[in-house]
Amino acid sequence: MNETLYDVIVVGGGPAGLAAALEAAKEGAGKVLILERNNELGGILNQCIHNGFGLQFFKEELTGPEYASRFIDKLADAGVEVMLGAMVLDVSADKTVHAMSREHGYMQLRAKSVVLNMGCRERTRGAIAIPGDRPAGVFTAGAAQLYMNIEGYMVGKRVVILGSGDIGLIMARRMTLEGAKVLACVELMPYSNGLNRNIVQCLNDYDIPLYLSHTIVDIKGDKRVEQVVVAKVDEKRNPIPGTEITFDCDTVLLSVGLIPENELSRQAGVEIDRRTNGPVVYENMETSIPGVFASGNVVHVHDLVDFVTQESQRAGRAAALYAKNGEPQGPCIAVENGSAVTYTVPQKIRTENVDKFVEIFFRVNFVYTNMVIQISSGGEVLARFKREHMAPGEMEKVAFPKALFPKIRDGKITVSVVKEEDAE
Amino acid sequence: MTELICIVCPKGCHLKVDEENGFSVTGNSCPHGAEYGRKELTNPTRVITSTVCVEGGTLRRASVKTSSDIPKGKIFEAMRLLDNVTIPAPVAIGDVVVKDILGLGVDFIATKNVPKL
Amino acid sequence: MVDVVIVGGGVCGCSLLYELSRYKLSAVLVEKENDVSVGTTKANSAIVHAGYDPHPGTTMARYNVEGNALVKELCEKLDVPYKQIGSLVLAFDADQDALVRELFDRGTQNGVPGMKVLSAAEVREMEPNVSPEVTSALYAPSAGIVSPWELAIALAETAVKNGAQVELNSEVTSIQPIDGGFRVTAGGKEIDTRFVVNAAGIWSDKINDMAAPHTFTVSANKGEYFLLDKSQGTLVNHVIFQCPSKVGKGVLVSPTVHGNLIVGPNAEDAEKDDLGTTGDGLAFVRKMALRSVPDINFRDSIRNFAGLRANTEIDDFLVGETEQKGFFNIAGIKSPGLTSAPAIARDVVRMLGKAGLTLDPKETFVDERHVVRFKHLSHEERAAAIAKNPLYGQIVCRCETITEGEIVDALHRPLPPCSIDGVKRRCGSGMGRCQGGFCGPRVQQIIARELGIPQEAVMMDRAGTAVITGETKMGGRTE
Repeated sequence: MNETLYDVIVVGGGPAGLAAALEAAKEGAGKVLILERNNELGGILNQCIHNGFGLQFFKEELTGPEYASRFIDKLADAGVEVMLGAMVLDVSADKTVHAMSREHGYMQLRAKSVVLNMGCRERTRGAIAIPGDRPAGVFTAGAAQLYMNIEGYMVGKRVVILGSGDIGLIMARRMTLEGAKVLACVELMPYSNGLNRNIVQCLNDYDIPLYLSHTIVDIKGDKRVEQVVVAKVDEKRNPIPGTEITFDCDTVLLSVGLIPENELSRQAGVEIDRRTNGPVVYENMETSIPGVFASGNVVHVHDLVDFVTQESQRAGRAAALYAKNGEPQGPCIAVENGSAVTYTVPQKIRTENVDKFVEIFFRVNFVYTNMVIQISSGGEVLARFKREHMAPGEMEKVAFPKALFPKIRDGKITVSVVKEEDAE
Repeated sequence: MTELICIVCPKGCHLKVDEENGFSVTGNSCPHGAEYGRKELTNPTRVITSTVCVEGGTLRRASVKTSSDIPKGKIFEAMRLLDNVTIPAPVAIGDVVVKDILGLGVDFIATKNVPKL
Repeated sequence: MVDVVIVGGGVCGCSLLYELSRYKLSAVLVEKENDVSVGTTKANSAIVHAGYDPHPGTTMARYNVEGNALVKELCEKLDVPYKQIGSLVLAFDADQDALVRELFDRGTQNGVPGMKVLSAAEVREMEPNVSPEVTSALYAPSAGIVSPWELAIALAETAVKNGAQVELNSEVTSIQPIDGGFRVTAGGKEIDTRFVVNAAGIWSDKINDMAAPHTFTVSANKGEYFLLDKSQGTLVNHVIFQCPSKVGKGVLVSPTVHGNLIVGPNAEDAEKDDLGTTGDGLAFVRKMALRSVPDINFRDSIRNFAGLRANTEIDDFLVGETEQKGFFNIAGIKSPGLTSAPAIARDVVRMLGKAGLTLDPKETFVDERHVVRFKHLSHEERAAAIAKNPLYGQIVCRCETITEGEIVDALHRPLPPCSIDGVKRRCGSGMGRCQGGFCGPRVQQIIARELGIPQEAVMMDRAGTAVITGETKMGGRTE
């Protein structure tokens, strides 16, 4: 069995893993390995053939495969080793990685530090318990996207989409362009979880109606989907009898949320945050296990790949430094969520490890206008950031200056979002 | 006055375009927004992405995009040009797949590298 | 002319085919779907019942207790996932305490081994996550859990290996008496046979009426279920039943052999083709289950499904020869049908022998089966397996750690699957938390490649359950 010692092993070769590996190599890590379970690098970007990627990071608009190739093309020069078709079965706290592939057989690899970049998976019909028959023709939006964009197969002709997440919206347009009729996009919440630009260019452009505060209450069909029944929901999200609309369709696409894929992290013993379903991380994306880092959608689900890249560069840099110098020391503060905030990343900050400021990412629990983000500690507001518009579908970010750290009391800060008039 | 959501970047600014006043745009947070607002009401355009059949490659399809934005009204017509087109592997990002779509001076170009099988 | 035609490839039909394949005779199983085990056999609680429930003296009681031991034996021989985890019937008040004691007495009469009535404290010690309101429970250590479809498939595969025949996609449309037997028309083909055994489950009344006088009607009764992620699979260690009452047998909570948690069923009369779940049904199941185990996290649900019980007018199984000589029924098989199936099969073989079928044992009968389950191998075994066959190095289903090698194995065993769900039933691919979202297309490709058919022709499950409706970029626009 292969027993090579790597400086950094990166689990997953999607956008997060690519950025982490390249940055680790750039930071001086000598032996960096990406283990990717698919037969090509790039992860989900390969099937995201639409454009709109890279505006933040490259200042230009790229498609998913183009965005991925910008990183893939640099791997060889950076000296990053890649194993494709390589599935990681186990990561242990001592940073032994069990993996296997057709080509390399069963491997037991050792690393000084590990970066977890497994990404996320889609919530399924079973997860939201949609009642009805169980015919063919019910797909998660991402599975349909794979069929259409990578394999070149159509998955249906008359489509109802449940959920207005970005993948669902993108697929509404994609299927329309390929000749399918998308009858409706149905969203349980009174607002869309997708980006506004996608509502405009994927639904409005093609006159696809968006039914907010509606859900699918029944799927009918013996072999293939024949009908779905959609109903309006009340404030408690319960279907309102008498509001049913029936659509004749052969396909249902589900875009009802993404779940970080942390089975390996859990096995390794990494502490998981119940709010994000991802690892609890420090400012440098280190998890509760020293030398095990995580970034991208495995930590929290992002809306923009550009932020995945930036976060993963941070993780890759820190992993390389850990391989060189070991664990950063010093005092640590906790980041807690206050009103209207559903989670924060990072959850912990080692103050001496921060340069000028620390970026805190979070989401809000509803759609708001004219709000103030407050960072407070010991009853005192330390920093304020104004926002005209906030929504659960849009990840927020604030840069909290290190200069304010001395004002932190009891080792914790709270991020909250309040109306402008209620701001302190 | 028409209200629009800008689609240039994920920010999704809420634009107001004044048709009576030379399509002046407010609510934008960058110059791209002003340009989008004006264009959306005069000659709306989109970049189209799709796929094309590949022969002899590691994949059956390569993704493509229009090299520049094309008029919204031409989208379906442009899409049809990709039917029954098959390109041989290898495919490299930037390869021209269909030249000069509908006389618009815009090409469909590959957005994915597909090596030979 | 063949000796026996079995109608229906559920666990009863497959058990019988397996038992018959021990002998020098010709047996053909005809199944209307494209795989065996796809009716009630794949949609039930997957419990091997101990046998305290049926009333003493019924055939149900006898078959159940016998079957309980046989299922265990078969699963060991044929490499089918099975665990003898024991069961608890919970009581929540004095009336139910009395019922628990009554079940204990019934079980004793039926010959159920090792039962005990547990105090509330003893229950909590065994099952810390059951409701604190439990007052007592019946413990039956011989109860177990099994993969029902894998049992049926293993039995059918082994039977085929021993020379028996399975005809899929062969719906029986008529059974005519002929000289010395019957002419069975199935899937358009005629098969002449000396004996017919009807094991058509929910449709067994229809098959019976084709050849024998009408003596019973099957009415379908639907049970709906939740299957939860492995994160919930260790919440309980035993099959947790509630006391049977006027309104039904109660909702059970149990680990599955695959490591998940199964919760269900309710009981609602239904049409015979109605396998749909309902909002009300699922809400009922959820509410009832939380009474037994308050901490079930239904957010970790990965699948819902419904199964149909084949109820008849009689509160017992209908097993035996009909007034039409040579035509046998295995009908009205509801719970504990899965447990009873092997015992019923043995009994029916005996009956067939009595009716004139020669039962001359084969010297060459193969009575074992071995399946590679990669995820259960040690590190060393894994390394060796991949070295021998690199396809074991390619994970296809990441949630369940199923390799391409295992899928290819299944596609080349007797009675190969032809659909994504057929592979799922044999290998477990797509059974995990992503429900085949990632691996479905890949499994479809492998099936197409191994069977030499186009990918579009590979169905999700039954014939007509098309996943793909065509190719992109073929100019084939519909609008």
